[in-house]
Amino acid sequence: MTRTTAKSFFWKGFWDGAPFVLVAGPFGMLFGVLATEAGLNLVEAMTFTITVFAGAAQFTALQLMHEQAPTLIVLISALAVNLRVAVYSASLTPYLGDAPLWQRACAAYMTVDQSYALSIIQFETEPAMTTPQRMAYFFGTTGIVAPVWMLATLFGAVMGSRIPESWALDFVLPIAFLAMIAPMLRTTAHLIAAFVAITVALTAAGLPYNLGLIVSGFAGMMAGAQAELMLSRKGAPK
Amino acid sequence: MTEAGFDPVTLWIVIIGMAVGSFALRFLFIGLVGNRAMPPWVLRHLRYTAVAFLPALVAPLVIWPTATGGQPDLARLLAALVTIAVGLATKNVIPAMLAGAAALYGLLYLLV
Repeated sequence: MTRTTAKSFFWKGFWDGAPFVLVAGPFGMLFGVLATEAGLNLVEAMTFTITVFAGAAQFTALQLMHEQAPTLIVLISALAVNLRVAVYSASLTPYLGDAPLWQRACAAYMTVDQSYALSIIQFETEPAMTTPQRMAYFFGTTGIVAPVWMLATLFGAVMGSRIPESWALDFVLPIAFLAMIAPMLRTTAHLIAAFVAITVALTAAGLPYNLGLIVSGFAGMMAGAQAELMLSRKGAPK
Repeated sequence: MTEAGFDPVTLWIVIIGMAVGSFALRFLFIGLVGNRAMPPWVLRHLRYTAVAFLPALVAPLVIWPTATGGQPDLARLLAALVTIAVGLATKNVIPAMLAGAAALYGLLYLLV
């Protein structure tokens, strides 16, 4: 019974995640192209993309290596860009924390913006889901996208700079994320969180090592939490 | 292209360091905290993780796109607005993405 419903949740996740092929494809291709241009061979580019599996951090590392930054700075900056996945992991823990350790380890590897965003939307809309169902959904969301991301990297690495600039591969990611954010703005507190995060992000964009993202992310989280407290106090009868 | 290559040792240190570091970041909470209860104030903050981090990640990319060397770009800005508008109107990810992509390519074609 649980097994069959878990299976159907896997497929729900799979199909919810399928359109993100349109993102993972171009984004992976772009990484492959840039990696080749930076002088990585196929084995290096593919090992990078498969073991790290974090687009934004990979781009950061490439860029900094290209600028001849010291290795330690490259690592710290790229991991700082990826700090947000630690917060995603924390945010998923109340929903997936009951699962066996090996499943949680696999889920950790698969924690990326898009699996996280889709899963949080799903878990919040259907609070009655069991942990196995949630886990199945989570893995489903990466079912197509992860292999596509890796194949697209390979394609980009092989094609190299023959991919025309007019494809505007750079802007596929912002559009995908904006599309994911809009449906999440369900309450005033969510709106406030997003608004504060954006304002701080634009003000703090000059901070080194991508610290701006971390600072603005946490500012947004605090604003949302505070707004929720204040709004619930106002609304609750005393 | 060969002269742009990195020293292989440095490159592999970065690759291995990032693989280990990224996994550690992701495993930290879900693996180590697991099903232990977290205090309400932590949970309250975590509810706003997605709506804070994703916009913060995207906002600078929209205003200062990498492809134009950081110069604000009308096509990209309008495409972003279309995506948000359709997303808010439909509450649905897919139409928002498709509208945004259509707007981007349409405007790039018209404006360039």
